[in-house]
This record gives sequence, C-alpha cells and structure tokens, in this order.
Amino acid sequence: MADARKRLEVEIAAGPLGAPRIHDSAARHVAGEAVYVDDIAAPVGLLHAYLGLSRIAHGKLVSLDLDAVRAAPGVLAVLTAADIPGSNDISSTHRHDEPVFATDMILHHGQPLFAVVAETREAARHAALLAKAVYEEATPLLDVAAAHAAGGDLVTDPLKLERGDVAAAMAASPRRLKGSMEIGGQDHFYLESQIALAIPGEEEDMQVFSSTQHPSEVQHMVAQVLGVGSHAVTVEVRRMGGGFGGKETQSNLFACVAALAARKLKRPVKLRPDRDDDMVITGKRHDFICDYEIGFDDEGHILAVDAVYAARCGWNADLSGPVTDRALFHMDNCYFYPAVRAVSEPLRTHTVSNTAFRGFGGPQGMVGAERFIEEVAFATGLDPLEVRRRNLYRPLGRDVTPYHQTVEDNIAGEVIDRLEGSCDYRARQDAIREANARSPIVKRGIALTPVKFGISFTATWFNQAGALVHIYTDGTVALNHGGTEMGQGLYVKVAQVVAQAFGIGLDQIKITATTTGKVPNTSATAASSGSDLNGMAALDACETIKARLVAFATTKWNVLPADIAFLPGRVRIGAQEIGFAELVGAAYMGRVQLSATGFYATPKIHWDRKAGRGHPFYYFAYGAAAAEVAIDTLTGEYKVERVDILHDCGTSLNPAIDRGQIEGGFIQGMGWLTTEELVWDEKGRLRTHAPSTYKIPVASDRPRIFNVALLENAPNREPTIHRSKAVGEPPLMLAISVLHALSDAVASVGGHKVCPKLDTPATPERVLAAVERVRAEAGA
Amino acid sequence: MRDTLRFLLGDERVEIASCDPTLTVLDWLRLDRRMTGSKEGCAEGDCGACTVVVGRLDRGLLRYEAINACIRFLPTLDGCHLLTVEHLKGDDGALHPVQQAMVDCHGSQCGFCTPGFVMSLFALWLNEDSPSVSRIEDALAGNLCRCTGYEPIIAAAQRMYRLGAADRFDRDAVAKRLSELSDAATLSLSGPSGRFLAPATVEGLAEFVITEPQATLVAGATDVGLWVTKGMRRLDPVIYLGRIEALRQIEDRDDDLQIGAMATQTDVRSALAALSPEINELMRRFGGEQVRNAGTIGGNIANGSPIGDLPPVLIALGATLVLRCGGENRIIPLETFFLDYRKQDRRPGEFVEAVIVPKLPADALFHVSKISKRFDEDISAVCGAFLLRIGEDGRVAEARLAYGGMAGIPKRAAVAETALIGRNWDEAAVTAAIAALPKDFTPLSDMRASAQYRLTVAGNLLRRFLIETTQPEVETRVAGLLAEVGHG
Repeated sequence: MADARKRLEVEIAAGPLGAPRIHDSAARHVAGEAVYVDDIAAPVGLLHAYLGLSRIAHGKLVSLDLDAVRAAPGVLAVLTAADIPGSNDISSTHRHDEPVFATDMILHHGQPLFAVVAETREAARHAALLAKAVYEEATPLLDVAAAHAAGGDLVTDPLKLERGDVAAAMAASPRRLKGSMEIGGQDHFYLESQIALAIPGEEEDMQVFSSTQHPSEVQHMVAQVLGVGSHAVTVEVRRMGGGFGGKETQSNLFACVAALAARKLKRPVKLRPDRDDDMVITGKRHDFICDYEIGFDDEGHILAVDAVYAARCGWNADLSGPVTDRALFHMDNCYFYPAVRAVSEPLRTHTVSNTAFRGFGGPQGMVGAERFIEEVAFATGLDPLEVRRRNLYRPLGRDVTPYHQTVEDNIAGEVIDRLEGSCDYRARQDAIREANARSPIVKRGIALTPVKFGISFTATWFNQAGALVHIYTDGTVALNHGGTEMGQGLYVKVAQVVAQAFGIGLDQIKITATTTGKVPNTSATAASSGSDLNGMAALDACETIKARLVAFATTKWNVLPADIAFLPGRVRIGAQEIGFAELVGAAYMGRVQLSATGFYATPKIHWDRKAGRGHPFYYFAYGAAAAEVAIDTLTGEYKVERVDILHDCGTSLNPAIDRGQIEGGFIQGMGWLTTEELVWDEKGRLRTHAPSTYKIPVASDRPRIFNVALLENAPNREPTIHRSKAVGEPPLMLAISVLHALSDAVASVGGHKVCPKLDTPATPERVLAAVERVRAEAGA
Repeated sequence: MRDTLRFLLGDERVEIASCDPTLTVLDWLRLDRRMTGSKEGCAEGDCGACTVVVGRLDRGLLRYEAINACIRFLPTLDGCHLLTVEHLKGDDGALHPVQQAMVDCHGSQCGFCTPGFVMSLFALWLNEDSPSVSRIEDALAGNLCRCTGYEPIIAAAQRMYRLGAADRFDRDAVAKRLSELSDAATLSLSGPSGRFLAPATVEGLAEFVITEPQATLVAGATDVGLWVTKGMRRLDPVIYLGRIEALRQIEDRDDDLQIGAMATQTDVRSALAALSPEINELMRRFGGEQVRNAGTIGGNIANGSPIGDLPPVLIALGATLVLRCGGENRIIPLETFFLDYRKQDRRPGEFVEAVIVPKLPADALFHVSKISKRFDEDISAVCGAFLLRIGEDGRVAEARLAYGGMAGIPKRAAVAETALIGRNWDEAAVTAAIAALPKDFTPLSDMRASAQYRLTVAGNLLRRFLIETTQPEVETRVAGLLAEVGHG
C-alpha cells in the first residue's frame, strides 16, 4: 500500500511537466501533414501578389512606368502607395520611417516599389520584372565606415551605460590596450520564407494568415495600412517554418500587401516571395564594429572598459534601438568591470533594415566581451580560461552590471567548474598543445566560454501575456494563448502546464492556432519569453477554472476545498475519486462557467533608459561550452571536432525540447560565427541571397562528439513557471566557444604569443589571414 | 512519337497530355495535385525541403533516388515512379519507420524541412542497410535544417533501421509497371508555354539538335532549373536527354573510361572513385545527394561554369570530349573546349555525347583539393587538380595543374607547370611554381573568396600536394573522408 501511494505521489510530482514529451506536431511534420500558410487549402478565387523591387540602393525615384506590368498576361491589378487607403507606414516603432512602398527616395536595394496581383504566382512574378523605373542614383552608405564618414546619422537614440569613473580607472590601470572588432550579421534562413494569405470578409473585415511571431503587430499594421480599426482585422498563425526573430516585424510587409490587394480586389490574395527576394528584402542580424579600450593589471583583472558599439541598422529604425540596447546589456557577459562605459551607435545605412535575430544584439555584445578577455589573456600571458574566471561576477562588491542591476545568483563560476571537469578540459588542452608541436599543418585549439543572458523584454510593457482555456462538457480542453509556435516547442510546453494543472493527458488538449481573435494585444513571441509568459497565463486560466470547479464540488459533495485534488486522470473529492470529465459534466449541469482567460505580467522588472539604470531582467540564464577544433594552416579550412555543453534551463519544462533548443541554438550560433557571411557589393546589392551563396551549417558541420547536459538541481530562484528558465536564445551564444577554439588553434602558429583577434564570421579565408598575420608578428 | 507524359505517382498511373516543358515537379505536386507535403524552401536545389524519391529502370533494374522536386521538370519523370512524403504512411495509417524514428528522436522542430529529410532518409533506407555516420551526413548534405542542429536527425537515421524493414511498396510490381511505360518512341509534349522533346535514341537526339537550333538541351536540370525558377526564363523547346539509355552508360576500357554525357554525378563518382580516393571525395562534396542524382557529367561540362568541380579533375587527367553532330563525332581535348567565360567550343548542331577519361598512370602523383566556405554542399572558391609524373632521374617530367575558380574558365597553370618541369619534386620546386601562379591567373574577388585568398590557396594546395606525396605521416586534412581515413 505504502509503495503504491509513493508511486502515485511520484507520478503526480513528475506529471506531464518536466517530461520529455515530443513536439505536438511531430507526427504531422514527418507525414507532410502539418499545415503552413502556403499549404492552406486555397480559397475560391485566390489571387497572388508579388512585389516589384528597387534595383538601386539609394537615390530618387524619378518615375515608375508600370504599363507593361499591367498589360502582362494574368495581371489584374498593380498597386502602389497611391492605392493605400490608410497609411503608407509599417514602422513598428511608430517613427514613420518604413513605408510599405517607396514613393520618392529609395533607401535600399530591393526596397518594394509596387505590387502586382495576378491569377497565378508565376504570372505575378514575371509581370513584376516588367516595370520601368527611372532613378537618380545617389551614393549609398553601405556599412558602418561609410555611415561614419557621412556624419553618422542614427536611426534611433543611442544608449549609454556607465558605472564608475571610467577615465580615472583607465588612467590608473597598470596596463591598457585598444582594439576594434568586426562582428558579422546573419540571415535568419528560416526554411519557410515570409508569407501571408489575406481573405476579405464583409464590410472592412480582413482575415490574415501570416507566418509571424507577432500576430498583434501584424493586426495593427494591416489595420493602419487599410485605414480600419484593429477590430476589423484578425490574424492567425498555427505555426511557422522557423522564425528566429526574422518574423517579429519583417512579416508585416507581406501581410499588409496581401491585405491591401485583397481589399482592392475583394478576393483572397496570397503573397510569398521567392527565397532570393525574401533575403534581399528582409532585415538580418545587425553587424557591429566594436571599438574598445581596456584597462587591466598583470594578473588579468579587467579594471576599466570603454567601448563603442556601432551597428549597421539599415534604412529604418525597426528594432535597432532595442537590439543595440541589448548588445550593451550583454557587453559584460559574465564579467565584472569595475568601471565601464558603453555607448551604442545605431547607424543608418542604405541596406536592409536589420532586425531581431535570436539573441537580439546580446550575442554581439558577448562576442565583444570574450574578445576583451582574449586580449587581456594574450597581453598578460595568462590562460584565457583563467582570465575568464578571475573576472567573473562575484557576490559582495563585484556583482553590479553596467546597467546597475545586481547579479544575485552568480552561478557562472559553478557552471564553468562543472564543465571544465566533465569535459576534461585541462588534460585535453595539454594534449592538444603537445600534438600541435608535432603537426606542422593541422593545428588544434580548444576554448571554454560561459554565457549569461538576461531574460525579459527590455521594453518592460511587453512582459505580459494572455491565455484562453475552454473545457468542453466531455472533459476535452481547447487551449489558446498569445505565443506563437515556430518550432521551439512552445505549444507543447504550455499544453504540459495545462495538462498538469487539470491532471489530464496531453491527448485531451487541443492546441489551437494563435489568433488575435481569441487572445488580444499579445507581445511578440520573442526574447525567449514564450513559455515564461504564456505558460503562466495559461496556468492562471486553469487556476480560475479549477477554483470554480472546487467551489462547485465543495457544495455538491459537501467537502472542504482541501479535500479536493486534481490527480493524474482523476479528481479526488473527499473519499471518492471521479474522472475529470465526470466532474466537468457535473459542473456544466450545475451551470459553472468552464472557460476562462488568464493573464500574466512579469514582476520585479523596471528600466530607466535615459538614466541607464534599472532592473531590466527578471533573471539570468547561464551556460558554458567547450569546443575543440582543427584548422588547416594552408587553407584556413576547419572542423569543429568536439563540443561539450552544460546549460541552465532551471527546472526544465521539457528536457527533450530544451535539448533541441540548446543543440539547434548552438549550431545556429556556430554558423553565425563561422561560414555564414553576408556580402554586399559596391552597389549595395546583396550577393549572398540564396543557400547557394549563403552557407548555413549542414549535418557534417555539427561536431561528431556533442555532449549536451542540462544543469541539474538548479531551479530558477524566481517563481517562474515550474521554476524553469527561458531557453530560446541563450544557447546560441554557447557557440562563441567555437570562435575562441579557432583562435586558440590560430594562436598556436605564433607560440600563443600573438592574439589572433579573429573577427567574425571566421570564414576559412579569415582564419588563413589570421594564421599568416600571427605567424608574421610572432616572427615564426 | 508519343504526345502523352506517363509516370507513376505512388500507386496511381498518371497520364498528362498537355504540360509546360519547364513545369517543376514541386509546382505540379503542390498546385495541381494539392499534395502540399513537399515544401519549397529555396527553389534552387540547395535546401532539400522539396526532396522526393524517384524510381526508374536502370538497365532493367528498379532504382530509387532522392532528387529536388523544385528544379526538376515534370516531363522528365516520363517512365518513372514518383514518391512523396504523402506516400510513406502505411495503409493502416502507421508511420513508416523513417517517420517514426524522426518522431522518436525529436528530429523535427519547425517541421518545414522535415518532409525533405524524411524523403532523403527514405532513399537511404531503401538503398542501404547500415550506413556509417559519415554516410548519413553525406546522404543529408543536401538538406538544410535551421532548427535542430542535425543531431537528432542523425540519431533518427540510425534508429530507423531498428523499426522494421517492411514497407508498402512492391518493387517487382512497380518494375513491371514501369517497363510497360517504357518505349522507344520520342516523347513530344506540348503545353501553353512550349514544347518538350525527349528522344529515346542518340540518333533521334542528334537530329533534334540540328533541326531545333533554338532548343535548350536539358540533362539533370540542376542548373537549367534555376534559369526557370530564378532567372524567370521561358525555354522553348526543351530537348531532354534523360530517356536515352545509351548516353547513361559508363564503359570501363583498358586505359580509360568512356562516360556517357547523361551519366549522373552519382554514377560518375562510383566509376571514378576507383581512380583515386581524392576524386571520390571531391565528388562526394559535389552539391547534395539530390543534385548528384540528377546532375550529369555532360551537363557539368557543357554548362561551361568556371566553378564546376569536374572539369579541373578531368583536365588534369587529360580527358577528351566526344562531340557529336548528326552522325559525325569530333574528339577534342577537354581543356580546349572552354574558350572564355561561359563560352565553349560547341558548334551549331553539336552536343556533348561522351567524355573519355584516361586512367591514372601507375607512376603518377595525383592530387585533388576543393576549397569552399562550407565544407559540404558548397561551390568551390578554388578547386585544384594536379597530376605529376616523375622521371627516372627523379625530376618532374610532366605536370598538369588544373584549377577551377581561378579564371573565367577551368584552366591549367601553364607557367607554373613549366616552373616545375625538370626540377626535383621538392620545396624549391613548389616555391617556384607558386611564384609563377600570378602569371597564370588573375582571379576575381566575389562572395565566395577574395582574389588574394584564391591566389594564396592555389599556391598552398601545391604545398599540400608536396607534403602529401613526400611526408604521408603529416596530417593535412581536417574534414571529410580524407581526414577520416588519412590521405595516405
């Protein structure tokens, strides 16, 4: 008996939460039955829109002759800014700097000028090429250097973080050095390109199926462009074929054009750009140039940091403000700077408008921090890992960030220690050094880098979420919330929360498509916040319903609330146990409301941007990775041979899903730092606009030895859902270990005396150049 | 003449009387048949989200291969068996072992690439029993996943073999049905945007090439497909070479191999692998598996790309090209075929019929290196193929140094070759050859590499060649099969 009870308690404790449940759509994914926007059965009368793009990067649009477009076979309409009934404006930050269609000034190559609507997508694509635009070309400002040279126009206000007297600390530092680092951008390369399907309804109503991380913003933008109230627009997304930040704001354009065409033609319209056009039109991860000065001592302690983070933001503000802010919020990574000043420069350029991308500026800030460490290590002759350790945040006196938030948990040191031991770091490092001495061509390198990532939107008001839970009389549940599913497993995680709350199986829960018609005013599914926010909102809804059920049961069965428990598959009411469906059925007959909304707002956070002070993050997520690589010093080719990861998910909601985020995030980060190179030519044309030229990792790029562990017994200190931690973005930055392993291998050709200062992406070409430079400087 | 396209879609026999010559298999599936399981990720054969499996009779035997539906023209499926992700579930609705393994291993996240991975794995499952991890990576090199980092998909590829070997496809029955579809008649198909001509004999082809001077010759369509999906070109008429069995043959003769123009890269790799492990490795890195299953040796040459990977190798080996016009053959050294950027010595009425590849002399030193930004499934920044013969006096008697990516055409480094002749094969010789390379090449800077990098690497590859031939104990390769087995 005792054993049985114990088993039961264990079962309850384990519940659906914390179990490695498969992705809710897995069986549909593998059968080709998961429906993406382009797979939705075409409504009768469907038309296709396509965008006509600017062929110059900057200048005046003198004239636009669209007669040939109109006359092309299958074409029903051509739309320009003049056809917009509302505002020609989809600026997500309300700066009015992002028109749907250019009217006068061209601000980047590939900027939409018009849309053509035709019977087929092919007809629309062909027709779109027939426009005759006359331009008065101006010299485009294509990168940070050009923007600087032209006076440094900013797309948004810069941020300054400052703590301590930097000038004095720098002057007092026994040693100082200055440097500069190029940090490359990245295309999202979601496998499903941008797409929207708009279906006009009665009066001004518009239903939009959009592949978007931010249905509420799509709703607002469509309403703004159509000149209608938000209540006339409903935006739905069941799933995206990948988002990674690229569908936070960048989906607005496609949804608005589809809706505009649908409104004009009173027929359903779909807009799906070709992959190349998608890459040419949409924004990417910001590339940065970080100029720094570091003050330090001979023991490798950083004493002062003074750094400027200049970002290529592109032609409009978009999310560049918060992205460059987050770069500054992460310019410390896990390290305490006794005196620090960091300034952002969100520069306007005539390129795509760079946008959100997993990590949202944080990775760039952290890459800079690890460069500082590397510089100090080479300058002092200390091992980089030792320098990392000496500069970690520590309680009492060394625990305040550049934005004046105190780091309360300080577990980076513990994570590093555990990983260093489990991956046998020191012994391998020694073995590599020895082997390198005997290997003239192939050199190996190893590095261990930590991650500390702040969780919460820095725009405090975004940290809210809503959910809607219905229980039907047969005990099945329909779940809806404001979070969107882009593959990260949010839907199954939130369903696990609900299953746990009611004690029912996941098969009893229908996860329904995210729609602005059910849960309004949602935040983007971004900032790793999806399950933190929506899990809590869904739980809130469940608790509301459970309270009603408990109140009902106490009356009906004449028991105390404490006598009622929702157990797996049943409900205990006093001495008896009945099925969940039975209770629900009885409650319905007792006229109890079986539907509830839920809401959550993250506590504790605040941020004063002007002052550069506050508590912008609810908590930090940690991790560390050790990477080992081999490089070929004749060609710069390399291979990541082994990676060990220890990552902090708090108490994981779903370790299988979290592991997927860690592994996938790592590989995506590795791609960003290695082979993913964006190249614009001197005319401002993106030359890497397809997978043939833009190289994300393939299967053979992943390390053959890939040991991934979740930090155990590490519940979140804050009362998050199930004491879990957000996991979407932080693992991407574990890949910084690869950059530093490459650097370590390069350094070997100079006897580890010369800092390789590898910029990113560290392509084979960059690695070979670093090898040659280190060799020359070392006189080796 | 036959004017109806015939093939099998799953169990269904499909007959199409009117079809545009360049309608892609993917568009047909998704738009005409509303089979939306196969996805469009890139429309250029690089991401693999559209992967389907095509069965065809190869000398009477049924052979299934993964291909990219996004750049394959539907009429080229004449006489084939097309299988998509929708065909894999059993009649009882149970997932196929490939699908079940992907579910069990958490192999999908966003799921958009998943149908393509499932079909690439399905092709592997059909053709091989216990692939190594390397082989699995290779089979998946043409499939991009942006979410998982691939680890769970590799795990699924191993697990799928443990979930049963049965499937619902009766190979004998399919082979019989396909043989009933095969005939010697020319397929002449018309659609609103043009004509599709697919002769079944070389003679028929030779005649069409003369009578249809405006025609575009299509072999694997791995490049021509992009003219349509990216270049928005309308091709009319299209002459398809794929029904001519004779053009697919590879004949192993005493001193050479005669390879038909329609031999796929997959088959050419099998044939040339015996010549050198480096050629095997180079061809393993040629596109993804789907591209190798479609792309042909004739297409790779006739296309005239400056960055095709086969021409440098074939030039180094001293291959010759058989060009045919009507009933006449013209045989020329391959290196003279490439005249200028995208300009070849192909006269009106001529087509590439075969390539004759001499076998490596036993005393030859041979080397192939491909340098690209990403190791697998990328286009060369530089490709070098070198053949040296050392005389009895220990000096270099013959040198053939061929490069891709260094000029507007695949080209030999004549000055560097001269610098090597008569020298001992040593560091001094390599240094002299490297010093000569700037006289041979003025490479371009583009998105793949800078001119400086190309030139430096072109020289360093000679150094790698020297080390590999004189110090086999030295490790020189970091990735791929040659790193795994060692170059020795």
